[in-house]
Amino acid sequence: MEIKEIQDDIVDEFSMFDDWMQRYEYMIELGKSLPLIDEAYKTDDNIIKGCQSKVWVHAELQDNKLVFTADSDAIITKGIIAILIRAFSNQKPKDIIEANTNFIDEIGLKEHLSPTRANGLVSMIKQLKLYAVAYQTQVN
Amino acid sequence: MLDIKKIREDFPILKREVNGKPLVYLDNAATSQTPQQVIDVIVDYYQNYNANIHRGVHALSQEATDKYEQARIKIQKHFNAANSHEILFTSGTTHSINLVANGFSSLIENGDEILVSAMEHHSNIVPWQMLCERTGAVLKVIPMNQEGELLMDVYDELLSEKTKLVFCNHISNALGTINPIKEIIDRAHGVGAAVLIDGAQAAPHIVADVQALDVDFYTISAHKVCGPTGVGMLYGKEEWLKRLPPYQGGGEMIAEVTFEKTTYADLPHKFEAGTPNICGGIAFGAALDYMNSIGFDEIAKYEHELLQYATQELLKIDRLKIYGTAKNKTSVISFNIDGIHPYDIGTILDKLGIAVRTGHHCAQPIMDFYKIPGTVRASFSFYNTKGEIDTLVSGVERARKMLL
Repeated sequence: MEIKEIQDDIVDEFSMFDDWMQRYEYMIELGKSLPLIDEAYKTDDNIIKGCQSKVWVHAELQDNKLVFTADSDAIITKGIIAILIRAFSNQKPKDIIEANTNFIDEIGLKEHLSPTRANGLVSMIKQLKLYAVAYQTQVN
Repeated sequence: MLDIKKIREDFPILKREVNGKPLVYLDNAATSQTPQQVIDVIVDYYQNYNANIHRGVHALSQEATDKYEQARIKIQKHFNAANSHEILFTSGTTHSINLVANGFSSLIENGDEILVSAMEHHSNIVPWQMLCERTGAVLKVIPMNQEGELLMDVYDELLSEKTKLVFCNHISNALGTINPIKEIIDRAHGVGAAVLIDGAQAAPHIVADVQALDVDFYTISAHKVCGPTGVGMLYGKEEWLKRLPPYQGGGEMIAEVTFEKTTYADLPHKFEAGTPNICGGIAFGAALDYMNSIGFDEIAKYEHELLQYATQELLKIDRLKIYGTAKNKTSVISFNIDGIHPYDIGTILDKLGIAVRTGHHCAQPIMDFYKIPGTVRASFSFYNTKGEIDTLVSGVERARKMLL
């Protein structure tokens, strides 16, 4: 599936909820399904700066597609990174670089998009895109 | 007895909603809210007598100068300083500490020792580390116990003739501990060391008498005592302020300037280069007036009640642990629920309209001490109610159920 299609699916899923509490509960559930980073990659180098909680992300190229794994010590943050990874993992670096992130707004998490927000959602998106830029040169 | 309902009427912000819920503001240790009486003073300044001070001959300048200097005298009286020129206006506690640290660069020598407490805010650690880097002095730490109380016997052992400066907060922002500053000051003076007390967290709860304490430097920020941000005060004993060199050069702080040599103005102007936060200084004075009109004894009594009630109710929550259980503490509660990150709790509470602080509270060494990433901190002011504490407790309980 393309990034846009996955994002639309996520927006559909979130549109079923009436209030913030259900959205957050769902996000917590998604956090539990996050493809976990190998413990060996949970190093300081892989920590995303700008988050109040710790977030580790690892990226590797498989068949010219970028596969992300991650973890966080805070469960809501884990949910946020899980949503991002669902949208961006297993995609071509070029598509990740070009993807927009308006769906975050549409699923009612707009407040998390502020650059000054302590959860660092903006830093996470930036980091995923930076990985894509770095790996693009290695794509055949 | 305080009439809380009436007091709350003074604070327009307390009427607003957040995320569709009535605001429950429990982040008072970060900044206090501003009463209408202080807002009126700020508006009055800009509407009626906004002018630069200490230099104009015109009426507005004179009026602004008078009000600004009256504010200095209000602050002097509040802290019982011997002289009004011992009260310096700064931009806040951080600025005050940097001013003193910078001044001591020329008085500290290689091998001298500086003591700080284990429960300092970063603003009372980093400037001294910088001072040590510049001078070759050594920074030593007064440790604390699990309850968050300083180990005074170790402090005694650390003190020696090498000790030149001791820095400690009056009240810890992360734990709420009220430190025994009179003893800290007396013992430091016993070895000839000077003492700076960071009063930022104490100012909304306790009136410090700088003469009775015999403290060398005491500093607070106005925004912790219902005043505006960007202004604060540094009390310094006259003898110290005369010895310390100026911090910043500029207008206002000079007596005479030629290209060959400049002579500095008398105290306090020597340390007040440039146009100050005039409106802020005047509003700072008004904020102290407001708090004194309510009365610090009554405030302390009521906040203690809130602290006891909140402690008792929060501890009913399963797996909740409070950090900072000193016998002598103010209305600050730092806590975690076992297995839940403080950030997650803070996020859920925010959705419920409850403002708390989460994180390391600019006191990472304390978090390292307890081996935790941070805490949730609820801090209460005299305008908070038991009803708001009930809302907090049910919010935390709800967060716990969602997150565990």
